[in-house]
Amino acid sequence: MIKKDDVQKLANLARIETTDTEAEEFANDLEHILEYVGQVNTLDLSDEQGQTGPVFNVMREDGDAHESGAHTEDLLNAAPDREGNYFKVKKIL
Amino acid sequence: MDLGNLTIKKLGNMYRAKEVTVREVVDAYLKEIEAKNGELNAYLGIYDDVIEQAEEAQKKIDAGLGTELTGVPFAVKDNILIKGKRVGAASKILENYIGSYDAFVIEKLKKEGVVFIGRTNLDEFAMGGSTENSAYGVTKNPHDTNRVAGGSSGGSAAAVGADLALVSLGSDTGGSIRQPASFCNVVGLKPTYGSVSRSGLMAMGSSLDVIGPITKTVTDAEIIFNTIKGKDTKDGTSHDGEWGEKKETKKVIGVPRSFLGIDGIDDDVKENFEKSLEDMRKLGYEVRDIEMPTLPLSLAVYYIIMPAEVSSNLSRFDGVKYGMHVDGENLVDDYFKTRGAGFGKEVRRRILIGTYVLSSGYYDAYYRKAVLARNKIKKEFEEVFKDVDVIALPTSPVPSFKIGEKSDPLSLYLADIFTVSANIAGVPAISLPGGTVERDNKKLPTGFQLFAPHNREDILFSYGKSFLGED
Repeated sequence: MIKKDDVQKLANLARIETTDTEAEEFANDLEHILEYVGQVNTLDLSDEQGQTGPVFNVMREDGDAHESGAHTEDLLNAAPDREGNYFKVKKIL
Repeated sequence: MDLGNLTIKKLGNMYRAKEVTVREVVDAYLKEIEAKNGELNAYLGIYDDVIEQAEEAQKKIDAGLGTELTGVPFAVKDNILIKGKRVGAASKILENYIGSYDAFVIEKLKKEGVVFIGRTNLDEFAMGGSTENSAYGVTKNPHDTNRVAGGSSGGSAAAVGADLALVSLGSDTGGSIRQPASFCNVVGLKPTYGSVSRSGLMAMGSSLDVIGPITKTVTDAEIIFNTIKGKDTKDGTSHDGEWGEKKETKKVIGVPRSFLGIDGIDDDVKENFEKSLEDMRKLGYEVRDIEMPTLPLSLAVYYIIMPAEVSSNLSRFDGVKYGMHVDGENLVDDYFKTRGAGFGKEVRRRILIGTYVLSSGYYDAYYRKAVLARNKIKKEFEEVFKDVDVIALPTSPVPSFKIGEKSDPLSLYLADIFTVSANIAGVPAISLPGGTVERDNKKLPTGFQLFAPHNREDILFSYGKSFLGED
């Protein structure tokens, strides 16, 4: 049984502000959805292996790096707030 | 100009014969948009450089440098980036966001000299099957404006269906190209996972997402797919489509018969499907019943894996790097307020489900099980494709539904029942116009869907063309 408090806990983990009224509603939705998806537990999966395929590097080599600063303006222009060439955020400590 | 019967090939011939200019064609579409978009809400915005793009394309054609796609008017789903153009996934959290770079598919199409007309409506971040989750209002169905265009690529499907663009791009995570295509009586292709780069597509479920075309004919879908596919160093899961066995086809269509007996499928949708199978038989195809016992569980698997990936992918929206920012008391409070205010209800719901199925204590019961079940479903496809060339299913169990009719989230999820398995297994699938059914004295389209093995879009094109009677 999913309760309002469980939803608030999840919302807290996901960093989403949620009112109590809405948490109540989500609790009801989640209850039904989880009941439906819980069907996966009816399957016999004893023959299946975990999906950790071959490990290989998909990242490019550092040598191909673009010229420093080439995209800085494009990216920082999208930021809500900046200071010089940095994203600006509130004091952390 | 007869926009309704226009195809990429016909338009190309007209351009080469100098019967029409790109500007004239673009103007004709803009006129249709002016007349119909107010009601349909297919486009969220028309690009401000459409005329310049048309003139550029004309120069290319006049210089004899035109390709099949030069001067072809495209609509683009609002979750695909074009550098310097507004793009927002129909979400308030990306209000005022401008694309910082071109998506891989956009780069490819720019080289061809296509004309990007505008950005089309979708369910916020592509989460939904009706565009009712858009922060900018629902897209209405051209066949009955009391009904939805489907989703999440509802705007892209309605734009092609109502002649507001010749062709469009959509994205498909669980059916988001095929289902709206079926609701709007057009063709929708979900390519093999990884055959089209996801670079520049806003991420939803990264192991499921793929970009594909929405068109009026299979031939047009094939032309676009062949242009936008290919390996891209910016998407590590993209590939050249050269792997896998390419065995000869024998014109055998498999039907997972018991799956059609599920609750919630409309009788006349089933009848249309049987009629489509009969049409294929008459065309010389063998239709054979097959068993795929795990297939019906694809939906449960999907609604675990997708939200898990959503909860991770959407953590990037923090009010710092781009998009909306709502000020709180401290940095963490900024995140809470920005995400609480910026994400719509369905997006928040899916993030919460994803957070739940990934959290310690529930991971083993949900996410881990879903990953194992996904392997089982993949194997089921591989096994069946040893005997049949394609698998056929209806695209959606119901035709377009009324706006506001499905208010309970689970009932909307169930509309994805026949499409999600292609994303779970990564195989290509196509939705073809498959006849109409009547509701409230209106004829509503339904879709005939075919699935093929990995990298066998060629089978879908060949069977699809014969089904629709294209040369």
